[in-house]
Amino acid sequence: MLDINPGLIIWTIITFVLLVVVLGKFAWTPILQALQSREQEIADALKKADEAKKDAERMMAENKLAMDKASNETARLIAEGRTMAEQLKNDIVAKANESAKKMLDQAKEEIAREKEAAMAQLRTEVAELSITVAEKILDESLDGAKQKKMVDKVLQQLQKN
Amino acid sequence: MFSWILLSDSKVQHAAADTAHAVADTAAHAGAAHGGDENLFTQLLHHIYDSNLLELPFYHNPDPSKHGLELPQLNLFGMDMSMTKHVVFLWLAAVILIVTLSLVARRNQKNKVPKGLGNLVEVFVVFVRDEIVVPNMGKGGLKYLPYLLTNFFFILVMNLLGLIPYGASATGNVSVTAGLAVIAFIMIQFSAIRAQGLGHYLAHLTGGVHWALWPIMIPIEVLGLFTKPFALCIRLFANMTGGHIVILALIGLIFVFKSLMVAPVSIAFALGIYMLELFVAFLQAYIFTMLTSLFMGLGMQTESHGHEH
Repeated sequence: MLDINPGLIIWTIITFVLLVVVLGKFAWTPILQALQSREQEIADALKKADEAKKDAERMMAENKLAMDKASNETARLIAEGRTMAEQLKNDIVAKANESAKKMLDQAKEEIAREKEAAMAQLRTEVAELSITVAEKILDESLDGAKQKKMVDKVLQQLQKN
Repeated sequence: MFSWILLSDSKVQHAAADTAHAVADTAAHAGAAHGGDENLFTQLLHHIYDSNLLELPFYHNPDPSKHGLELPQLNLFGMDMSMTKHVVFLWLAAVILIVTLSLVARRNQKNKVPKGLGNLVEVFVVFVRDEIVVPNMGKGGLKYLPYLLTNFFFILVMNLLGLIPYGASATGNVSVTAGLAVIAFIMIQFSAIRAQGLGHYLAHLTGGVHWALWPIMIPIEVLGLFTKPFALCIRLFANMTGGHIVILALIGLIFVFKSLMVAPVSIAFALGIYMLELFVAFLQAYIFTMLTSLFMGLGMQTESHGHEH
């Protein structure tokens, strides 16, 4: 069982060497190449996926930041608008009040002036009227002196009024 | 005289078919040649011996003393280079490997995702690369990957061929394993010299001791170089032969007891051993490859040689 057969050893070596050469060319090289390229591809794909995930996370963080900023800005704008509107309202109301007061004053002044004018006119008209009345009464009987006295009296009374 | 029993058994039991046939053969053969007085065990052993007869299904040699096809004799360089049964199985294994693996290679290059056989082969290729070569030899060992892969697959297929009916394990022949060990020896020395340079390689043989001790040290180191492949050779041969002998012995029990009642027990046990052999076929291919890779890796370590022995 343990006797060595040199011919068989040589056949084994020849067969093995040929097998290594043939398989090396037609089997191992392509199989290992295919394996390696696939492994490379998988590694690349995993790396890419990882990068994509990181990108997505970064973008999400950015988006969140932008959204926060935008909502802050909106709140600020709303608050600003509100204060401005308030101020504007106050201004308008104040101006309106002022102009109303002005108009009232003017109207009062006008009224006072009109009243004065009316009084003056009334006064002259009353004087003329009283003169006419007096003339009619005194036309016949009163002399000049009496007439004058009466006129003065009337005038005095008018002035009192 | 037991042939009919065994032949009917062989139809039922795949595992035993091969063996049963052999038993019938050897029994008849021994009966013809030695008049039946030969020890049963020695008769059984003829089955695992190399021979110039190739047993084939449905083939009957016109010469009744010869069982199987007679293979041609060949003498080259004053040496017996005859084609024997084991040479045939050596070549059969090589042809099977070349055909299947080149097919697989072509398919795997086309398909991005390998399926079926391509996937199976790739599992072993990846295993040899990532679990054997890289841990033992580092990245520098990858250039020896084709050698180690061939080693693994060749031994595996030769082992498995012994498990099919009419098959024989070429690795159950010590000459074949010696041939593989010679190549392993050459590869171990070659990779060491290539990695360390011839000077370092030779310096390594002195074991780093004082020169006065060299006459003792150098023979020991040189002997050490040979024991590794020698162990590889014997381990593979013994493991492959052992399983076959156990199966043959179990079947042989039927003849020892000369009773059919033993047959179910024998065959059940033989089937169990057959399963074990199936495992051993893979295991030994792995061990041979792993140890070769380990020895190569040890020789390739450039940093750990010199003065630490």
